[in-house]
Amino acid sequence: MTAAAPADQPVRAGSAGSLSAKRPLGDRVFQVVALAAGLLVLVILVLIAATTTDQAAPWFAKEGISGIFSKTWDISTNHFGALAYIYGSAVTALIAVILSVPVSLGIALLLTEVVPRRFARPIVYVIDLLAVVPSVVWGLWGVLVFAPWIQGIYASIASFFKGVPVLGNLFGPPAQGTVQGTSFFTAGIILAFMITPIISSLSREVIATVPTIDREGAYALGATRLEMIRGVVLPHSQSGIVGAVLLGLGRAVGETIAAALVIGSSAAVTSHLFAPGYNIPAVIANQFGEASGLFRSALLGLGVLLFVFTIIINVVARGVVERSARRQRGA
Amino acid sequence: MAADTGQQQKADLREPAGWRRAKNRIATALMVLSFILVIIPLGFVLVTVIAKGSSIISWRFLTSDIPPAVLPANFGGMGPAILGTVLITGLATVIAVPLGILGAIYLNEYGGKGPLARFIGFMADVMTGVPSIIMGLFIFSIWVLHFGYSGLAGALALGCLMLPIVIRSTYEMLRLVPDSLREGAYALGSTKSRVTLTVVLPAALAGIVSGALLAVARAAGETAPLLFTILAVMTPNPNIFSGPNTSLPSQIFANATQPYTGAQARGWGAALTLIVIAFILMIAARIVTARFNRYAR
Repeated sequence: MTAAAPADQPVRAGSAGSLSAKRPLGDRVFQVVALAAGLLVLVILVLIAATTTDQAAPWFAKEGISGIFSKTWDISTNHFGALAYIYGSAVTALIAVILSVPVSLGIALLLTEVVPRRFARPIVYVIDLLAVVPSVVWGLWGVLVFAPWIQGIYASIASFFKGVPVLGNLFGPPAQGTVQGTSFFTAGIILAFMITPIISSLSREVIATVPTIDREGAYALGATRLEMIRGVVLPHSQSGIVGAVLLGLGRAVGETIAAALVIGSSAAVTSHLFAPGYNIPAVIANQFGEASGLFRSALLGLGVLLFVFTIIINVVARGVVERSARRQRGA
Repeated sequence: MAADTGQQQKADLREPAGWRRAKNRIATALMVLSFILVIIPLGFVLVTVIAKGSSIISWRFLTSDIPPAVLPANFGGMGPAILGTVLITGLATVIAVPLGILGAIYLNEYGGKGPLARFIGFMADVMTGVPSIIMGLFIFSIWVLHFGYSGLAGALALGCLMLPIVIRSTYEMLRLVPDSLREGAYALGSTKSRVTLTVVLPAALAGIVSGALLAVARAAGETAPLLFTILAVMTPNPNIFSGPNTSLPSQIFANATQPYTGAQARGWGAALTLIVIAFILMIAARIVTARFNRYAR
């Protein structure tokens, strides 16, 4: 650092942000370096979009919109329609969110409204442990322990729902093949475990901002805790919770390795949740190694679709969360 | 919550109807149930990993080369994978943590409430949500296609993953540093960079370190960014700048789909090693945070 700053030259207050020549060189260099590091985030995001789209361009050009959303994914004839993977991603993420949201909200309410703070701490640690278990370990446990175990349960559920009009299509035995331990539903369950810490910790933060005075007001009117939660806590934190759920959804859509191990790896558009399926991240993880040419381009194109989708969902979710936080500060 | 019980007693003066109280009890029970629902699988995963992993882990397991999948559990080990994980995660940390801290310094110290800083902060949050496999595809397209597979490519992918996490956690810590500290340093005639480097950063150091450790723990367990950047070789490759490498998560992924019991057993051993590494990092982060909190008080 150049220590030659003339100490007797007064610098106007507030001028520290501008890169005027009055400031020592080292000081200005540091500011530019910090700015560059900040801009790196934007640069990386733009580069991700640019390079992967560039690599995927042959696929987009060959298949077109209708080709991309078609069902045939055939390496031998060089036809790569992504519908089965898009469908699988939507189904597994939906199952994960439907299973995880009530549980996450239950935990968040338990920690904020029921348990005294000194007991809440260890519970938070335990929930955080869920997030520390690596994705691949969930996958290993899922494919070697959980899937074989739950296959029997699926089988009995399927025979129960066999022939029932709507539920039979979802939970009954699939038309071809039998119920499998590695399936859409198993992937949904494992993903649900993985997104629960995210949704519950974000909604806990939102719920914690509900003013105590509102809670006390509800209790003073004679409300039970449940009535207080429904009348005060939930309306107050609604939009923040929606943001938390969206972030969980984004995570579920992009989660790769656990899904790749337990989803069953069979491209199929079927309503049967106990049948093996496939989703976008899983097919990329499993097939990219052997891919080349148009095949590789198609897999990178799936990555682009995934990237665009998660960016949209995260922008919306962060926007919702930020707006609700700002409103609460203003209120 | 002492106030809470007081409120309950007052509410009891006007007895809630039986069903209202019952519904309240049911709701509370459901909340407890949701916690139990999460504890059970977590417990099962940890118990299975510890039980199956501890039976195979030995000094030989931690140091030997990875054998072909068909060999039984008493052959070979995970040495190259452990070496790869340590080297690649270490390099990713060296790349991402300083950049992340600098980015956070820009956001909090220079950008302030300006539109650019707010936009960068927002996009950093969005970037945390980008799936890790996308980082792998990105580095494959921009690096591996031109320079080939290497540990460095894996480290770059993990670095992309860590960068926004480090920015967010460091930013939160810098925000907690009271302005009076900065003003005191300015009053002594320091330049802004000097204030930041010698006053603000040391004040937030423990929190920054703790956040960085959590980011490292997250990166160490990631498989997807490494699949197409380092491949998975069987022998140790201490040169992270060239040649395919391997890592614990990659080996777990490869072994999970093997039909051989020996390979599966090595998978469990690798899983236990990985979880232990992640836990050590997490506990270290907690210890650093606890220290920090004590000083802050």
